[in-house]
Amino acid sequence: MSETQKNTPAPQPSTWAKIAGGNIGLSIGAVLASFILGGLLIAATDPATQKAASYFFARPTDTLVAGWTAATEAYMALFQGAFYNPAGRSFAQQIRPITETLTVATPLIFAGLAVALSFRAGLFNIGAQGQVILGALVSGWVAINAGLPAAATIPLIILGGIIGGGIWGGIIGLLKAKTGAHEVILSIMMNYIAANLLVYLLKTPLLQREGSSNPISEQLGADAVYPLLLGNPFRLHLGFIIALLAVLFVSWLLNRSTLGFRLRAVGANPNAATTAGISVSNSYIIVMAISGALAGLAGSAQVAGTEKVISTGIAGSLGFDAITVALLGRSTPWGTFWAALLFGAFRAGGVTMQVSTGTDIDIVLVLQALIVLFIAAPPLVRAIFRLPNPQGVPHKKSARKSKKAQEA
Amino acid sequence: MKLELRKVTKRFGDFTANDSIDLTVTPGSVHCLLGENGAGKSTLMNVIFGLYRPTEGQIYIDDQPVNFKGPEDAMAAGIGMVHQHFMLVPVFTVAENVALGSESVKGLTLDLETTRQKIREISDRYGFEVDPDALVEDLPVGVQQRVEIIKALVREAQVLILDEPTAVLTPAETDQLLGIMDQLRKDGKSLLFISHKLREVREISDDITVIRRGKVVGQADPSMSSSELASLMVGKEVQLTVDKEEPTYTDKLFEVENLTLIGDNGVPLLKEVSFQVRGGEILAVAGVQGNGQTELAETIIGLHPKATGSMKLGGKELLGLKTKQVLAAGVGFVPEDRNKDGLVGDFSIAENLILDLYDRPQFSAAGSLKKAAIAENARQAGDLFDIRMGSIEHHASTLSGGNQQKIVVARELSRDLELFVASQPTRGVDVGSIEFIHKRIVQERDKGLPVIIVSTELDEVYGLADRIAVFFHGELMWVVPADTPRSVLGQMMAGASYSEALEAENQDQARPTTPWSEGE
Repeated sequence: MSETQKNTPAPQPSTWAKIAGGNIGLSIGAVLASFILGGLLIAATDPATQKAASYFFARPTDTLVAGWTAATEAYMALFQGAFYNPAGRSFAQQIRPITETLTVATPLIFAGLAVALSFRAGLFNIGAQGQVILGALVSGWVAINAGLPAAATIPLIILGGIIGGGIWGGIIGLLKAKTGAHEVILSIMMNYIAANLLVYLLKTPLLQREGSSNPISEQLGADAVYPLLLGNPFRLHLGFIIALLAVLFVSWLLNRSTLGFRLRAVGANPNAATTAGISVSNSYIIVMAISGALAGLAGSAQVAGTEKVISTGIAGSLGFDAITVALLGRSTPWGTFWAALLFGAFRAGGVTMQVSTGTDIDIVLVLQALIVLFIAAPPLVRAIFRLPNPQGVPHKKSARKSKKAQEA
Repeated sequence: MKLELRKVTKRFGDFTANDSIDLTVTPGSVHCLLGENGAGKSTLMNVIFGLYRPTEGQIYIDDQPVNFKGPEDAMAAGIGMVHQHFMLVPVFTVAENVALGSESVKGLTLDLETTRQKIREISDRYGFEVDPDALVEDLPVGVQQRVEIIKALVREAQVLILDEPTAVLTPAETDQLLGIMDQLRKDGKSLLFISHKLREVREISDDITVIRRGKVVGQADPSMSSSELASLMVGKEVQLTVDKEEPTYTDKLFEVENLTLIGDNGVPLLKEVSFQVRGGEILAVAGVQGNGQTELAETIIGLHPKATGSMKLGGKELLGLKTKQVLAAGVGFVPEDRNKDGLVGDFSIAENLILDLYDRPQFSAAGSLKKAAIAENARQAGDLFDIRMGSIEHHASTLSGGNQQKIVVARELSRDLELFVASQPTRGVDVGSIEFIHKRIVQERDKGLPVIIVSTELDEVYGLADRIAVFFHGELMWVVPADTPRSVLGQMMAGASYSEALEAENQDQARPTTPWSEGE
């Protein structure tokens, strides 16, 4: 170790941290703004509206009415698909959408927490994807091979997710702490390794389903899956409860624990933390291990809760959606929770929307992208909704306003 | 060119930074704007320079009303500003920096020759001794500042605003700057000089306007004594010297032997430094910024594990310990840059007050923070150290410099100490807080602790020291008594040995020596 403590990589709070630390008005504003833009997009791509637009100058109201109808119907369908279906024939059918939303949101909560936690310690863990995969691999392997009763297998599955993701994240922290390499580059590379490791292992006897030539594992046994919370036909599983516990844990960790105090200090001012005797490099290793463990739990929830099998698509785009979720949730545990729920609702409702109104489900991706875009450009949202600027120097408009107030 | 402000008011929301300020700077004079930190001086400068628009009031140049939309307008009108933090590109040459923003071009290529010519002209006229082809990053701070002045002069500024120009300068460089200001004044320029250092203000100013909490509280005369000026500035009688008894030594001892630190580029930052500090005395470390004092303080606290030699506190070796262990051994440490190393701006006041104590049993149990104890600690510290704050939950970054510094000092003094080390304990702190912090430091000494104060402010050094250690180029030149004349100390800070400095001083006997303390 030739590095002196002073030379340990100690970045100043980055632009990311600032973006992640915006206020709640900003998050809500970003969601609203993207809904408005998304609505315009739905209207513009709607065949009826396009038809009416061909004679726009003769009867402009037709176009506007058609566009309004298209957008509101699509959003209504999205809402019904995500929360409550009034047309359902039984109570179970009526409330099924909200349980779907919670199911889809479960892995997003874990992965979102993982990214949010790293943000708070001043790190950008872009590697949640890889950590989810490793969590899924270890959990899945345990689930398939444990051969124990459910009461013993399920804790082992959870532990497997924690260990798999934790090690994968911890490696990033270790490399950063010891060599000063940038965590973004490290975590992108670790994502590649994880993705290819998954494909490779699914083709080896270790995981590949017997007799199959496809990269897919055995189906998980009945003793090796998360129990359903509401029974059939709902898919909502134990993972959601664990996710709630994870939110409480991260909340305690960040706000009440000495470790969290230390991690936040490192994130907000690594120099002052060093001077106060806090080891910045150790903090990086610890936070990346915990962050990885949380992401790993998302992998467990996918394997043992939703999918019940390990496939190459087990992690989907969870790791990247998680970044969005953490940003929208302003890197707070509960903010992340609600943001994950919103994204879960998008996913669950998007399917219904496509089926009942013909609006392409990809609009949901556009909405998500717009939200991130607005969050990354706070002045835009502030200008649209006239939110105050938190940074000292007042906004031109509000300055003008206060001047008016004085004159009055 | 005459610059005049009439009833200039600047408000930010409910906060009035400048309240109806009247100010006139006449050609061929130096007008000083004197005020504490946070009095509204910088806001006013930014209003004059076009960075802010006045909420009310009007600026006049040669009796013509002007409205600046930005610094470009102000510059075009003949106003030049030398910022406290230089606006220079370090890897550019002097000429390139001066040309930046107003480049003359020949076809598609940059024509630096004209700029070089102008720089030489100005440099010769005022004796700046600036080489147009030197890289800015290679120049000493004082010369960089002259480059800033040249920048303004090349743009034909007639009014020159100098925002706390001496804050970054050595005593010798300060004298040079005052000389330059005098020449500019003789040349008919109007100078607006912002400062809170009373000695300089009295030396150079023709007129003095004192502002307090955004308001002009009066005009002062340069012939007024420092304590009169200081009391105008803070609104109460201020004690500039520190009351202290003769030291009562205790057996607590801090010994440093052959402490050496080599920088990453192979340059020695500390060269075999040896000294002792006894319990009950204050050793003030004097020296021009950047001569190893910062590294000394950082090494003591364990931030430079590569250092060699020995540092023993009460017989216990500190060298080789981690920062946490050094703190646990009873070393209190106030870093020189509170914003960078002392505070987490985004943490609450309460959290900052336990930044290095958070895991002690007093404030935590089983990995959880004791919120009630932390809040109670913050309230106590707030009362004890007179930290002016809205709530202990407010972010530290919302406080003024003086109150921020009180947080750091309060935190470091809130545990049982064996040694207290403070770097620049009152830098950027208002006069009222300086007095308070100095008193607390003397209290620690009187409790029998060895105390080390690193300061580039000679007033502070003389005010606190029982003995003075002078650093030059990483070497401890000598440890001298506290009553060593300023001029002798100044020579040693420039590299002379004690005997050389004394000799030079004796030869200079004809000239009366400068008294070290002001306002007596």
